[in-house]
Amino acid sequence: MKSAIKRLDHQAICDLIEPESKVLDLGCGNGDLLHLLVTNKSVKAQGVELNNDAIHACVEKGLSVFHSDIDSGLPYYPDQSFDYVILNQSLQEVKGVESVIREALRVGRKVIIGFPNFAHIEARILLCFGGRAPISSSLPYEWYSTPNLRFLAVKDFRDFCRQKNYKILGARYLGKRGRVFFLPNLWALQAIFVITK
Amino acid sequence: MTSKNNGIVETKHFTYAQPPREFKLESGRTLGPITLAYETYGQLNEDKSNAILLMHAFSGNAHAAGFHPGDKDPGWWDFMIGPGRALDTEKYFILCANVIGACRGSTGPSSVNPKTGKPYGIDFPIVTIGDMVRTQKELIDHLGIKRLHGVIGGSMGGMTALQWVASYPDSVECVIPIATTLKHSPQQIAFNEVGRQAIMADPAWNGGNYYEGPFPDKGLAVARMLGHITFMSNESMEQKFSRRLKDDNSGFKFSADFEVEGYLQYRGSSFVKRFDANSYLYITKAMDYFDLSEGKLFARGDLLNVRFLVLAFKSDWLYPSAQSQEMVKQLKMRHVDATYCEGDSTYGHDTFLIESEKEKQSHLIKHFLAKRK
Repeated sequence: MKSAIKRLDHQAICDLIEPESKVLDLGCGNGDLLHLLVTNKSVKAQGVELNNDAIHACVEKGLSVFHSDIDSGLPYYPDQSFDYVILNQSLQEVKGVESVIREALRVGRKVIIGFPNFAHIEARILLCFGGRAPISSSLPYEWYSTPNLRFLAVKDFRDFCRQKNYKILGARYLGKRGRVFFLPNLWALQAIFVITK
Repeated sequence: MTSKNNGIVETKHFTYAQPPREFKLESGRTLGPITLAYETYGQLNEDKSNAILLMHAFSGNAHAAGFHPGDKDPGWWDFMIGPGRALDTEKYFILCANVIGACRGSTGPSSVNPKTGKPYGIDFPIVTIGDMVRTQKELIDHLGIKRLHGVIGGSMGGMTALQWVASYPDSVECVIPIATTLKHSPQQIAFNEVGRQAIMADPAWNGGNYYEGPFPDKGLAVARMLGHITFMSNESMEQKFSRRLKDDNSGFKFSADFEVEGYLQYRGSSFVKRFDANSYLYITKAMDYFDLSEGKLFARGDLLNVRFLVLAFKSDWLYPSAQSQEMVKQLKMRHVDATYCEGDSTYGHDTFLIESEKEKQSHLIKHFLAKRK
């Protein structure tokens, strides 16, 4: 039975992935996205997760998960062993972004990266007129307790791909209620890119 | 007896390899007859597909759950076995056998050599973890079980579980190695060697020929004391003993002044009542010889139809989690389905045997076993 999809980013990623793909989710959390992909797209799923309780939740869902941080977990996988490697809402917490993406592209044919867009209009207004680090629906943390090490915008990510010669195969921009088609760097709360080498 | 416990259980015995049809060991030497002591919990289903083989650790035995008549304490993993528990006896048929070379009902150096009418002593042939597994396979075959739903064990039990899937890759669905390794490091061999030397340095050991007494209790107790230090963590020893003095400390007389000393002495002296010194030598050697590294785990099959749940503990310095991670790496590099979780308990290597730490371990094992392909 197919599961109902509650999160827009999960819906978007689910739409991007072909049925029966092999998928590795880096920072898979409690396994909601992977579980969704298994039930709705019959993918072969694996996860990497650091949090102990989250691993327990994954095992409860019948998922295979490897207890590690993202930065050091990837050497465990052979070249091109996945159709997709997912970094959803986890890239901004990674220490070695360049090496993690390089490694993700080594183990997976395509990499899906989802992150909160720091240049969203709400964040801009809060920063510009509030004069403080923005706290918004996609950036809900205080400066002192945020897990985010990186703050990037849609444009930053496109520049990064251009610099590294990564091809962008597709992108989904999400607002509060659905997809954003117009000026994503301004209106998207979250961006999801599919890239390849 | 409540429905939640395993009640009174009894150890069964399976004897085979009667001369001249003796069992050929890895060393080339033969052994027979061989007796395996084993216990079972739960019911084997009609198609014999619900069996889980539990492997005991170095000083363990077949008595994993329930009570023997008159005993105060249940088997060594009772809190994990039973209706609704991680190894759910309403679903699974749990089987645990004492390894050969040991001294709790299975054939070992303290058993009587039929050729001489006396205990084998060190005439007992060297046995390997591979031999332990092959002798247990005879028992599984005898019970008519073609494929095990799972093999599970901690420490040396984890080695035997790994050896099981390496030797019989098509006969196992799930493997759960806990706090274990693909091979002993020099440090682990070193600890074992100190234990062995302590036993052999005891004059009562007498070249392994002591069964008419006196027994090398002093040497065996020292070996066990060393073992216990390695099973705990610095933190758990701090919590348990700190630098507290015993009530009857005599002060500056080299008797047991600190609580930790008293504890180790108690552990040592109670161990000699239930364990044979020669078995200590044989089994620690078997562990030291064990080596499934560098692809040997996959020598007989790619294991692509096997699922692994690898568990380690952050505070375990005897079998550090890096060894489990190396195992998982080997599995991942060969596309084998593996889950790895590193528990944050502070109890060290012994965590998997500690009832108060059972919740997390039980949860993982229960759900992992329940997933069917």
